[in-house]
Amino acid sequence: MNAGYLGLPTVVNNVESFVAAAMIMEQGADWFLSRGTETSTGTKLLSISGDCAKPGVYEYPFGTSIRKILEDCGADDPQMVQVAGAAGTMIGETDFDRCISFDDVATGGSFMIFDRSRDLPEIIGNFIAFFVHESCGFCTPCRVGTSLLQKRFDKLLSGRASRLDLEKMQQIGTLMKVTSHCGLGATAPNALLDSLKNFPSMYEDRLASTQFEPAFILEDALQEARTLADSGAKS
Amino acid sequence: MNLKAAARLGGRIGHFSIDGVRLPFREGQTIMAAAMEAGVYIPHLCYNPEFTPHGSCRLCVVRSNGRHLAACTTPAAEGLEVESHTDELQEQRRELLQMLFVEGNHVCPACEKSGACQLQAVAYYCGMLAPELTYFYPQRTVDASHPDIAIDYNRCILCELCVRASREADGKNVFSIADRGIHAHLQINSSTGKLRDSDLEVTDKAAHVCPTGAILPRNLGYNIPIGKRPYDQKPISLAGDVADHEESS
Repeated sequence: MNAGYLGLPTVVNNVESFVAAAMIMEQGADWFLSRGTETSTGTKLLSISGDCAKPGVYEYPFGTSIRKILEDCGADDPQMVQVAGAAGTMIGETDFDRCISFDDVATGGSFMIFDRSRDLPEIIGNFIAFFVHESCGFCTPCRVGTSLLQKRFDKLLSGRASRLDLEKMQQIGTLMKVTSHCGLGATAPNALLDSLKNFPSMYEDRLASTQFEPAFILEDALQEARTLADSGAKS
Repeated sequence: MNLKAAARLGGRIGHFSIDGVRLPFREGQTIMAAAMEAGVYIPHLCYNPEFTPHGSCRLCVVRSNGRHLAACTTPAAEGLEVESHTDELQEQRRELLQMLFVEGNHVCPACEKSGACQLQAVAYYCGMLAPELTYFYPQRTVDASHPDIAIDYNRCILCELCVRASREADGKNVFSIADRGIHAHLQINSSTGKLRDSDLEVTDKAAHVCPTGAILPRNLGYNIPIGKRPYDQKPISLAGDVADHEESS
């Protein structure tokens, strides 16, 4: 799209913004300002899904804690909440008192709840795979970084990672955040970086050692050459 | 640069700084263009002043006002304070270079472009030693179908300089990028996908802008012996880009 309505600058907002604007017209600005926090005024529609008794669309004033939201929707045993989608913020139990607002946990409305029956590494692996697929390939850090994170993460899941791999994932993710061309690459490593920070024991428990571990399995890497050598010897 | 010369070229003159050194710029110039004119080197691969800036390799990442920016696509502005040659940025450039090295198959000792390769030269300049990242070892091919020009896809870093040169300078459309994400790759716009069936000629600009050894004019590979090549003599910050040396090779 190269031009707005009738060739003029045009604002395109989502329905939530139009509803807020209409309500302000009807009820007045003071009414709107009376809810939320000083810097995040008004309310936010949250699309709550996942492991809770009552999923659905909820409206909350900005400044509401994650704990309150979890209680209201009947999340009995929450392990983690992914706020604002795959590129958003991963919140663990120790941060459930943080609040939905522009200054704290910003969100476009997605609120995914995962209880303790869920395998966190599998979820994080899914987010990583999602961004490998979503990267357009234009810039180096996002194109290569998304796949590099996936390789390292797979190494961790297969029980062959060392502390160096955690440091490398941190380093690659940080590089993607600051040097990517667009917001996709800049937010693609968020779930991984948040999980490294918020769930360190999950990673520590899976390390093969604290020393260096190679990226490949020697026996597997030699297999192709051995097969070729064997078939050559027989003929 | 000479301010009188700049004034003749038109545009208001302003000043900004890179690593504390005050530089002039003409209104509308990017940080990279102004730096290049002033002889201040900012590492880059996908930038060539003859073509529309692309901003994809990200090697020219600089910092200003607490933000990381691509110098080749960010306009210079009056009073702008830019950091470029800091430990943090050089470290990040090394990481980006490592990404490019492990993504393709870059075997410098066996490459005929060694010593005249911008990827290699920038890596030396930034102090990259061995790649510490996981190699991809992609399966890529070589297209030797054209009598005068060869393409080794193993060495392509997707800078799109050939794409831009073919469109902007040659008035052709020989190259494009196909697919997306980690599967993005250079493709030839011809009925067979082979170079021989394209409009590319050895006199085309697009045949002489590749910063790596991916696109090579044939039959002159070792005319300049190893040891006497541009980056064997001087670092890239002094020797300039590959494209500047192509004419004489």
